[in-house]
Amino acid sequence: MKIPVMADEKAQGRDPELLFWVGCAGSFDQRAQKITKAFATILDKVGIHYAILGSEEMCTGDPVRRAGNEFMFQMMAYQNINLLNQYQVKKIVTACPHCFNTLKNEYPELGGHYEVIHHTELLQTLIDQGKIIIKDSGPFKGKKITYHDSCYLGRSNNIYEAPRSVLEALDAELVEMKRCKKNGLCCGAGGAQMFKEEEKGNERVNLERSKEAIKTNASIIASACPFCNTMMTDGIKLNEKETDIEVMDIAELIAKSI
Amino acid sequence: MEILQQILFLLSIAVSVGLFSKKIKQIRRNIFLGQPEVINDHYIKRWKNVLLLAFGQKKMFKNLTVAFLHLFIYLGFIIINIEIFEIIIDGITGSHRIFAPYIPALYPLLINSFEFLAASVIIVCVIFLIRRNILPILRFKSNELKGWPSKDANLILLIEIILMSLFLSMNAADSMLQQANQEPYSLHKTGPFLISSYVSILFSGCPIHVLIFLERICWWLHILGIFIFLNYLPWSKHLHILLAFPNAFYARLTPQGKIHNMPTVQQEVLYSFQPELAPTQTDSTSHLKFGAKDIQDLSWKNILDAYTCTECGRCSSACPANQTGKLLSPRKIMMNTRDRAEEIGNNIDKNGSFTDDSKSLLFDYITEEELRACTTCNACVEECPVSINPLDIIIQLRRYLVMEQSSAPSEWTAMFTNVENNFAPWKFSPDDRINWTKE
Repeated sequence: MKIPVMADEKAQGRDPELLFWVGCAGSFDQRAQKITKAFATILDKVGIHYAILGSEEMCTGDPVRRAGNEFMFQMMAYQNINLLNQYQVKKIVTACPHCFNTLKNEYPELGGHYEVIHHTELLQTLIDQGKIIIKDSGPFKGKKITYHDSCYLGRSNNIYEAPRSVLEALDAELVEMKRCKKNGLCCGAGGAQMFKEEEKGNERVNLERSKEAIKTNASIIASACPFCNTMMTDGIKLNEKETDIEVMDIAELIAKSI
Repeated sequence: MEILQQILFLLSIAVSVGLFSKKIKQIRRNIFLGQPEVINDHYIKRWKNVLLLAFGQKKMFKNLTVAFLHLFIYLGFIIINIEIFEIIIDGITGSHRIFAPYIPALYPLLINSFEFLAASVIIVCVIFLIRRNILPILRFKSNELKGWPSKDANLILLIEIILMSLFLSMNAADSMLQQANQEPYSLHKTGPFLISSYVSILFSGCPIHVLIFLERICWWLHILGIFIFLNYLPWSKHLHILLAFPNAFYARLTPQGKIHNMPTVQQEVLYSFQPELAPTQTDSTSHLKFGAKDIQDLSWKNILDAYTCTECGRCSSACPANQTGKLLSPRKIMMNTRDRAEEIGNNIDKNGSFTDDSKSLLFDYITEEELRACTTCNACVEECPVSINPLDIIIQLRRYLVMEQSSAPSEWTAMFTNVENNFAPWKFSPDDRINWTKE
């Protein structure tokens, strides 16, 4: 599978309808790369004319802004917006809720106006339109799956239904954790926590959250954020449940079911 | 005797309203110690929030039992105020139950419904006292509630129980005097009331002059109690009964994930990329301060938030950091902000203008360790029944730490460097960004 890069596409006079914003985790983190590939596979199969920015993409600035470094955020935003505007990007999809939130909510007042959707929203649309057809006897049929709400998708942007409706299409048994949707407990990675050790306390946030997921007896924890995925995977390992429970992104679940 | 009572009444109204407005003016001044922020858009949405969140108490209904219990106190507060209106007119004019002759059929019905609410308020306040002091509810046991805050909460409940008991006792004595054909009580007979008729049993056998004395003393203590309670509000978490309304109106309407922009930083960055746009004459007078260190650096809305906080702790119970034993507690952030605003206000009252007290909200009240633990998950913002945003304050204090003090955990400093040099939070070359496409 060849991944189209925006600079090449434009150089060849093509105008991709959709920009796939991969994000730093999706580009560099080995676990998240699998999610990126799964999602790219789906885009490819569905036949959407998309492109990535490739080496021109930069951090959106989400973690630095939340850590308090507004200067660094503005520098990243300025460069990204310039690039996106130069390519006349109109529609962006991303598998990272942090990138999603920044691109969608924080870039417009800095001059970056795009239609930004999260990959779970696109997957939902594609399923609804019949462009993604789930295999009849998919590998997740009847399996118990619990969905962990990403804060930056859920509370931050009120997206609770898209990921759930995609999971329903898998014909799996969807079970909710005690704290879900608006009350969902954070995985512990947001606000630049991903990049530092936690403060002193009685427990790690991801451990607390994964215990809640384990209580559902689900065999799969579905995530929709690369950081949540890392935190939940680590949490499951710390609870020594990695042989029973797998943490998978919704894009991976779909890629394996079509 | 009548005229003396009227004079005393007028005096007590004047004193209580006078003191109350003085304190409210101070609070208003303290709120506007904050930075100006213009909030005048989307009026329809804002009024909708006032109706749904403040009047309708929408977020309270996440927990149905507590919501209904709280609703009784809230309705009691609002509806019994109609009766206070009558009491005040009676007090000024020397009349007795001035509305009774005008609405003879409706009047007993109204008083009966007030009595029903009064009894409900008493029952709910007792339940709330038990919840606070006996049941193992974690959010009522936190460190930040030790001392005055937990006393304040109990005091509010006790005052409400006392006020409602006085109201019922007053009605009990009144209806007994009506039955005994004692003027002026018997002039407009209302009949015995729903709840106070049971209180009357306590007074049975009392001679008329004792009943008159009881009625008068309960009437006076009830209304004086209300005046005192009015003046207690500004010192208490109970101020939320007033400020919840403006706070819902001025609540943020943007998606919770959006962090407010800093146009000054935006401009500086623009000039560094496009120096030709920078003004030729540099304005040397303004050293820009980034982020917030103290009350005066926050937005006035943050301080309104702090004065609105009712210290219920729903925010902290939902906070992932707090729930895993970290120092951070969003409720404490709000309580600290209010305490510091009060301290600065008192400083101004004492010295005429603010005199440096070598203290600040950041460091002296809120520590770096607390701020570092926030995951910006917005659970606290989502939980708050009175539209408070603790995260907004946390971010501003973090901005001060990083941009004014260059103070960040070493892992964050490394992350900043990576973002600056490699355009990613990890130390990878930008060229490796597409490596995944080649595998």
